[in-house]
Amino acid sequence: MSTATEHPEETEHTEHTEGHEAEHHGLSDKQYIYVALILAALTAIEVSTYYVDFGPFFMPTLFILMTVKFVTVVSYFMHLKFDNKLFTYLFYSGLILAICVYCGFLATFKFFLQKG
Amino acid sequence: MAETAISHAHDAGHGAHSSTGLSNNKLGMWMFLGSECLLFGGLISTYMLYKGRVNAGPQPNNIFDIPFTSVSSFVLLMSSLTMVLAVSAAQRKDERNMNLWLIVTALLGATFVGGQVYEFTSFYREGLGFTTSLFGSSFYTLTGFHGVHVSVGIIMLMALVGMNRNKRIPGDRAEVVELIGLYWHFVDIVWIVIFTLVYLIPS
Repeated sequence: MSTATEHPEETEHTEHTEGHEAEHHGLSDKQYIYVALILAALTAIEVSTYYVDFGPFFMPTLFILMTVKFVTVVSYFMHLKFDNKLFTYLFYSGLILAICVYCGFLATFKFFLQKG
Repeated sequence: MAETAISHAHDAGHGAHSSTGLSNNKLGMWMFLGSECLLFGGLISTYMLYKGRVNAGPQPNNIFDIPFTSVSSFVLLMSSLTMVLAVSAAQRKDERNMNLWLIVTALLGATFVGGQVYEFTSFYREGLGFTTSLFGSSFYTLTGFHGVHVSVGIIMLMALVGMNRNKRIPGDRAEVVELIGLYWHFVDIVWIVIFTLVYLIPS
């Protein structure tokens, strides 16, 4: 009798472990720290818009920074950049649906407010 | 017989894999996060609609403490870093660092929630109750829901540390840590949006 038969859990664990190591993707710890530093710097720029007058660039700057931070966390910290594309479709389809539904919702309210 | 035993073990550990070869647990988590976008989308758009409706009580611009909230945002952002380091340690089977980073993440999350409790208390003292105005109701509902999500995340992190110490995590430990990590990062990206749309853009 092989060890595998006596301890099927161990065999399963080993197989899974190997599989997981093969799946291991993403950045190194050092690279994650760099990404976090970039995110911190972007947050500092965001906060600076509260103190410094950005004029007509105020809103675009905030929206661009927010989008860049959002995509960076999703891509690198949540590993979507390195993972199966199906996860990307699942998540972004929910996000895009939410944006479309609520843009429509806000536009409708705005429309009725103007009519009223 | 041996094959049956191995097959059973395989089903117990890998039964959660779909025909796509992907983990059902992970697929489920991503679908859940996609649906959470709709929940927070609803709350954020309701806030955007009502933030100007202040019949009584303080205005948003008069009440927000941007330096304080900026520090809170930074703390939550850094908790995403510590969470990803915990996931990385779990994938390397570095149990010590995994536990360490999970605890640090929970502490940073608790700091954020503590900050939010302080903020709510000071807003209430300044006259902004839940029913004071539509702005107050939509603000407390949105940020309160987010705070509850962070609190649930902290409970999950602490439960994970406890279960790991007792060796009671079922299936693939690295995947369990990764799934909780996905939830935690989602809470962080929701705050990235809230911080900009609620706090930084004036009404």
